[in-house]
Amino acid sequence: MVDVFLNEKFVGTVTDQNEFLNIIKSQRRDGTITEKLNIGYNGDLDEIHVETTKGRCRRPLIIVKNGKSTLTEDHIQKIKDKSLSWTDLVKEGIVEYLDAREEENALVALDENQVTKDHSHLEISPITILGICTALVPFSNFGSSSRLIRGSKLQKQGLGVYAQNYLLRLDTDASILHYPQRPITKTFMHDVFNYDQHAMGQNFTIAVMSYQGYNMQDAVILNKGSVERGLGRTTYFKPFSATEMRYSGGLMDEVGIPDKEMKGYRSERDYRNLEDDGIVFTEAKLKADDVLIGKTSPPRFLGGLDEFNMDANTRRESSIALGEGMHGTVDATFLTENEEGNRLVQTRLRQQRIPEIGDKFASRHGQKGVIGLLVPHTDMPFSSRGITPDIIFSPHSIPSRMTVSHLLEVISGKVGALAGEYIDATTFDTPTEKGLRKQLMNLGFSEDGKETFYNPMTGEKIDAKIYTGNIFYLKLKHMVANKMHARAAGRIQLLTRQPVEGRAMGGGLRVGEMEKDCLVAHGASLLLKERFDSDKTILHICETCGMFATYDSYKNQAICTRCGGDAKVSPVEMSYAFKLLLDEVRSLGIDSKIELKEKF
Amino acid sequence: MSDIYVKFEDKLPGRVLEEMKVEAKANKLTDAEITKALNEAVKEYGESLISPGESIGIITAESFGEAGTQMTLDVFHMAGVAEIQVTRGLPRLIELFDARKIPSTPSMEVYLKPEHTKTEKTIRKIASYLKEMKLNEISKEFTLNIMSESIEVELDEKKMRDFGFKKDEIYETLKKNLKNATIKDSKKGFTLKPDTEEINLSILYKLKENAKDALLRGIPKIKQVLPTKKDGKYVILCAGSNLKKVLKMDQVEEKLTISNNLFEIATTLGIEAARQAIINESVAVIENQGLDIDIRHVMFLADLMTQTGVVRGITRGGISGEKESVLARASFETPLNHLIIASLTGGKDNLKSVIENVMVNQPIPLGTGLPELVSSIGDKKEKETEK
Repeated sequence: MVDVFLNEKFVGTVTDQNEFLNIIKSQRRDGTITEKLNIGYNGDLDEIHVETTKGRCRRPLIIVKNGKSTLTEDHIQKIKDKSLSWTDLVKEGIVEYLDAREEENALVALDENQVTKDHSHLEISPITILGICTALVPFSNFGSSSRLIRGSKLQKQGLGVYAQNYLLRLDTDASILHYPQRPITKTFMHDVFNYDQHAMGQNFTIAVMSYQGYNMQDAVILNKGSVERGLGRTTYFKPFSATEMRYSGGLMDEVGIPDKEMKGYRSERDYRNLEDDGIVFTEAKLKADDVLIGKTSPPRFLGGLDEFNMDANTRRESSIALGEGMHGTVDATFLTENEEGNRLVQTRLRQQRIPEIGDKFASRHGQKGVIGLLVPHTDMPFSSRGITPDIIFSPHSIPSRMTVSHLLEVISGKVGALAGEYIDATTFDTPTEKGLRKQLMNLGFSEDGKETFYNPMTGEKIDAKIYTGNIFYLKLKHMVANKMHARAAGRIQLLTRQPVEGRAMGGGLRVGEMEKDCLVAHGASLLLKERFDSDKTILHICETCGMFATYDSYKNQAICTRCGGDAKVSPVEMSYAFKLLLDEVRSLGIDSKIELKEKF
Repeated sequence: MSDIYVKFEDKLPGRVLEEMKVEAKANKLTDAEITKALNEAVKEYGESLISPGESIGIITAESFGEAGTQMTLDVFHMAGVAEIQVTRGLPRLIELFDARKIPSTPSMEVYLKPEHTKTEKTIRKIASYLKEMKLNEISKEFTLNIMSESIEVELDEKKMRDFGFKKDEIYETLKKNLKNATIKDSKKGFTLKPDTEEINLSILYKLKENAKDALLRGIPKIKQVLPTKKDGKYVILCAGSNLKKVLKMDQVEEKLTISNNLFEIATTLGIEAARQAIINESVAVIENQGLDIDIRHVMFLADLMTQTGVVRGITRGGISGEKESVLARASFETPLNHLIIASLTGGKDNLKSVIENVMVNQPIPLGTGLPELVSSIGDKKEKETEK
């Protein structure tokens, strides 16, 4: 007697579990019951579990019957003719989806040659152990696993054509690569995935060498000539939006050029790009502080008399403007409505992003790095055939990381570029190193991928042979232009009077606990004080009672309201944060006094 | 000859001078050479001194902190080699500086007097007498007999032979060590009966547990012994520590034998020994991790931890909790408690140390903030006019 559970609920018992399993499975295969049902027998507990719930992870397998795959040459031919589809295969009971529990009862053959009478299923392809991004890494069975994980993560950050309708979209932080290419060294997944339709990278000519130390650690050097010809060039889109919100009392925001008398009116110059409707015109070149969408809002809090006095003066300016350090061209404007039916104005700013020092690039093998130097074409090392590389990559990035796949892609890319063909380097099904070497030799190149290079400054031959070839590189979304930040003076927090945090607000860079310790360790006492002077205040303290005195700026004197005019009051410099601490302690009813002493 | 040294008495510490004297004698130096050497020593000594206003506390903390981030938690084991597990690396360092009452793996290194290290057999024998043996380890079964209100212990003949026990010996030691019970010989082992007037199940059960833990031989707390050779000397490594009892054994060389329990060392050997133990244990961890921290940092820390005569950790219950400044204590851990206590007792902060001056944004009394310029301008003018 075996207990049967349907979706984890006990429904009854069966005497012969094998018979029961076979009936259910065959009915599922011939379509009598739903294909989305899975059944599993647990021998340890002697229980059968039938599952139809959603949210189970399932994977497709080819069904094996009597030691033979049910998928025949005939089927494959029909699929090639497109007279048979995947869903047909599922319907016909040739392919079925197993969940984790049913998988425990299955014996899956990895290859058709290995199928025996005991096998219940056949793997479609060994590449199914990999996800989409991982399967996009060529030669990945030659790399180390940690680098493969990193490589597939980097592909998600690559810039390319992320969607074909990008001109109609308003995504935050979107970029389009100017000249996307199909990788010379591709995998099976590139075809399945329609990579051609949204490619995200370019085939770079690489030289593995050092150059004046500007590619130490993980930095790379880019050829300025290549960059000027469009290598790694992207367009960055940034959307801005304004809603005409409705407030209680029939008040609402209004898009339009604000009146000059308006509270918070910027300078006339800032509104110069706006058309009469208050929206910037397309293709306007904007700089910092320029207004994109002019907007006015009703007063935030309606006071008693304001309701009868609703002229322009009580409204506030609330335009959308470019922040500090931003610039660009207006790309498009969209006029729509939001969910509540309020008028929505959206504009998109466009910026051309030419690779600069600090922009991040990566190959598909977890080898990421930032640009350390852009070298003019004339100063780039050249090979005996006159080829200058697009990128110079440090040889020290290879040994400890063991990314053999990276090196193999250089050779296969070279072979592909020279022979004019695409190389398929799908995981577990790659061309052999020997074969690549032979092809390279037949094409008239050194079989080890190395070439003679010359020093561009002196014309001398470089002693070592340089490993060079073609490799697919991605420009990653982390660009300096989005991150660069510095500040001298700027906004401060209302409560603590310390600088605000974050780049968007023009915030300060924090000198933290450990940084403070370093200054203390150096004995740089006065430098330390100066660093923390951002919130310094001068407070007047009564020397009799030790409390804060009141400063009368009219009479230009401080008086202790507790001890009267005779008490001696002295100005003391301290951090505002400490004043806050004292205030808080005093608000708890603790009498905290400050005792003063003559310094000299 | 000794008058050469007298000249240097105020320039070098006595210990260094004594060492120099011994070395000079051994190398048969002339007076001129001794003077030269002493001058060199003064120079070296001067260079290793700390200047006033140097923030040694923070530098020590940073020296340990930076190295601590690089410490690996890896523990290396060798296959097929008997070893005693000892906590190492960062966890051990934290344990040392926190001055935990009992280390997570107490252990001892027991050295023997030369006359007992002649053959390996004698060493093994001494080692086996160090290890604590309980009745449980040589017994097959403890049966609770409710009818006769007694406990029957069945001994394991094989294990008794292996560990060299005889039944009448066990009987004698049990009589000594097992209190509140009458022991009778039985066929397979012993029958134990509680001495109490009223006998119930819980008393019987308690007796059974006590009997299991009854000490037959060895030193309590020594869980495991491993005789090995270290730097040419025979050592018995012990898991578990009981310094007081081990040092009382005749065969033990008490000058070399040491435990890794700071408090045990402090109570049995004194505070100076505990200070040295802190240094030795820390240096062992640092060297084991392949790091390079100046010994003076370790010594400073050990001095700080032992300066009051008891071992105190660098915790809120130890040194950090004894800072004079209320604000400094509040900025470390549990600020509320410190502020409450200060307000109840009328605490006063003189703003004399680093952290409280950072809080109120005043120059810290360290480095360039330490010296205050005192000059008598009048005198200078007078001197200039004299010229």
